[in-house]
Amino acid sequence: MTDHTVRAYDRELETLGQRIAEMGGIAERMLSDAMDALAKLDVDLAKKTIGVDPRLDALQREVEDNAILTIARRQPMAVDLRECVAAIRVSGDLERVGDLAKNIAKRAAKIAGEARLPRGIVGLKSMHELAAMQLKDVLDAYAQHDVERARAVWTRDAELDALEDSVFRDLLTFMMEDPRNITFCTHLLFCSKNIERIGDHTTNIAETVIYLVTGEAPQIERPKGETSMVKR
Amino acid sequence: MASLYHSRKRRNAIAMGLCVGATGIGLAWLFVILSTLLWNGAGGINLAVFTQMTPPPNVHGGGLLNAIVGSLIMTTIGIAIGAPIGLFAGTYMAEYGRYEKLTTVTRFINDILLSAPSIIIGLFIYGAVVVPMHGFSGIAGALALAVIVIPVVVRTTENMLLLVPQQLREAATGLGLPRSVVVQKVAYKAAKTGLITGLLLAVARISGETAPLLFTALSNQFWSIDLTREIANLPVTINNFINNPDPNWKRLAWAGALIITFAVLALNIAARAIGSRSATK
Amino acid sequence: MNAPTVNGGGSVAIQPPADTAARAVKVDIRKVDFFYGANKALKDISLPLHENEVTAFIGPSGCGKSTLLRVLNRMYDLYPNQRAEGEVLLDGENILSAKQDANLLRSKVGMVFQKPTPFPMTIFENIAFGIRLYDKPSKSELEGRVEDALRGAALWNEVKDKLHTSGLGLSGGQQQRLCIARTVAIQPEVILFDEPCSALDPISTAKVEELIDELSAKYTIAIVTHNMQQAARVSQYTAFMYLGELIEYGPTNKLFTTPSDKKTQDYITGRFG
Repeated sequence: MTDHTVRAYDRELETLGQRIAEMGGIAERMLSDAMDALAKLDVDLAKKTIGVDPRLDALQREVEDNAILTIARRQPMAVDLRECVAAIRVSGDLERVGDLAKNIAKRAAKIAGEARLPRGIVGLKSMHELAAMQLKDVLDAYAQHDVERARAVWTRDAELDALEDSVFRDLLTFMMEDPRNITFCTHLLFCSKNIERIGDHTTNIAETVIYLVTGEAPQIERPKGETSMVKR
Repeated sequence: MASLYHSRKRRNAIAMGLCVGATGIGLAWLFVILSTLLWNGAGGINLAVFTQMTPPPNVHGGGLLNAIVGSLIMTTIGIAIGAPIGLFAGTYMAEYGRYEKLTTVTRFINDILLSAPSIIIGLFIYGAVVVPMHGFSGIAGALALAVIVIPVVVRTTENMLLLVPQQLREAATGLGLPRSVVVQKVAYKAAKTGLITGLLLAVARISGETAPLLFTALSNQFWSIDLTREIANLPVTINNFINNPDPNWKRLAWAGALIITFAVLALNIAARAIGSRSATK
Repeated sequence: MNAPTVNGGGSVAIQPPADTAARAVKVDIRKVDFFYGANKALKDISLPLHENEVTAFIGPSGCGKSTLLRVLNRMYDLYPNQRAEGEVLLDGENILSAKQDANLLRSKVGMVFQKPTPFPMTIFENIAFGIRLYDKPSKSELEGRVEDALRGAALWNEVKDKLHTSGLGLSGGQQQRLCIARTVAIQPEVILFDEPCSALDPISTAKVEELIDELSAKYTIAIVTHNMQQAARVSQYTAFMYLGELIEYGPTNKLFTTPSDKKTQDYITGRFG
């Protein structure tokens, strides 16, 4: 796109994009670290992951402040206005992703002592793989203003919902088999819910990207997991 | 660098010196003229000047009453004829026919008329009025003055109306006002002080004219306000009296000159006062 | 606000707004060309002005937006060598036709200019002047109409004690509202604003904008402005013009958030050049 007549304006918008990219990197890293900590029951890694979250919060505030300053200073129109609004929204979603990852790490630290059932984590792992891929894709789509890629992420979220359903059924089975599994499995249940929510934030970002580029939100209903047993 | 600065400074000083010198010379002459006038004329001013007729030669006393009245009459008639014509012509040029060829031509001719020597206008009226009427007359004098007034009023009217912002005209037109109302109620009103100033300047201009009256109104030793006959007037009277060895006539000539000068001065000051009042508003 | 809904991103730049049915077309500009001598200043302009809506014209200097406004009340008639071609229908009547009485047209299509232009007379006379031209009201009726006009322009409270002082003594913002009152007083149907706030401070600008908003309940309004935020604030429809052409016309909400044409986008986001 052509540059603005006022070059400082371009720099302000660029800075917004850079901060979002940085936040995306941190959120991705937090998610994978939290899952590693859960899989290996690594308390140190879990604590380290929790310690990163304030950095993400600070970045989110910075993005918001900068975007609001730009709106006040430049009165952006059309695509520029959407750029500012998108930055605010995406930073909010990424901050939530960080919070959810932090919550997984907290649970990892909590259940490390009473690890009972390694096979309970298998389903969560595949959920994480899908969620991590979705997050990476949507961040790329945001950076490249790629609507098609964003739309693909948006559609694929249904798979994550379906996976969550099956994880839910597995964990329920484990709990019925042996009541001593209940505490452990309940924590895992929350972790799976967290990953599913990360997927929702990823979809939000995808919607924001579509809005950013086209100026319109996707209008058709998003496909959902069909056989959901979980009340939403 | 320094030398350039110094030479520039020097040149500036020289140019400024020349300008100040020229201004000084101009002002000095004006001062000499006015003081001569006061020196010679002030002594001649008394009540009789305004109440008595012009005296025959070699007699004491007498005044300029018939000349003053004659001048006032002819000036008034001259303005009464010339000003409306000038006003209408100027209005046409600025308002109605601003972009017409006729306006350009009129403006060119008007400028020539404006700078034409007044004696030529006197000769023209002599040929056009005095000869057919078989004699000098007040009306011929007034007509000659009117011809001088017209170009002055045309010029000031056009200029003053051109100074009225076009936006004001558009605003009035935008209300749906016809052109005639726009001109009368808006343009004239906005240019009012300018138009009055122009009129006063025209009065000042003709009140001192001698040449055209010499061929038209001539002069009259006696009281007469009959416009079909010769009529006394200040400029010609001054002209006649000053060249005569009679000291009484000389005294009256100087007094008359002083009266005209101060009348014109007063009109000019009035014009300025009105002009500046509009500028500060 | 009577905000039209944002319609889908079409590929055609000039598209009718989604809810044209909601408001009647008061002025229909059809294929208008305009010439300054041999210089073509407007090229094939077609767009409607909707009744009781504000339509804003934006674009860089010299794009023809003011020229278009001056076509709508035939102001160009004042000047030689200026002519318009095409049709402008006001309630179905072609106002560009030779049969149209220009002064009658201007009483229906009022105009407010960039610089406040009070007439050199009292505040009262500034307004009464125009009224007397069309009506012969009694003294009390005239006073009532002057008061109504001044109230309509939100100026009454500021000037009611000095109605008989010169209109030139008011502040710039008050003068501009006086000009609006003067226009409103002769009860036009359409009001054209040619950059009405460019000489005003922000507070006066806000007052004039509020006024435009109120006036749109009774009149059809067209406004030319260099201030895009102002266009976005006061108008329901916006037209972007460039080099004498209409580049994009549509609901303001859409034009300022998701313009269809790249030129519009570049202009409103400050990328022109």
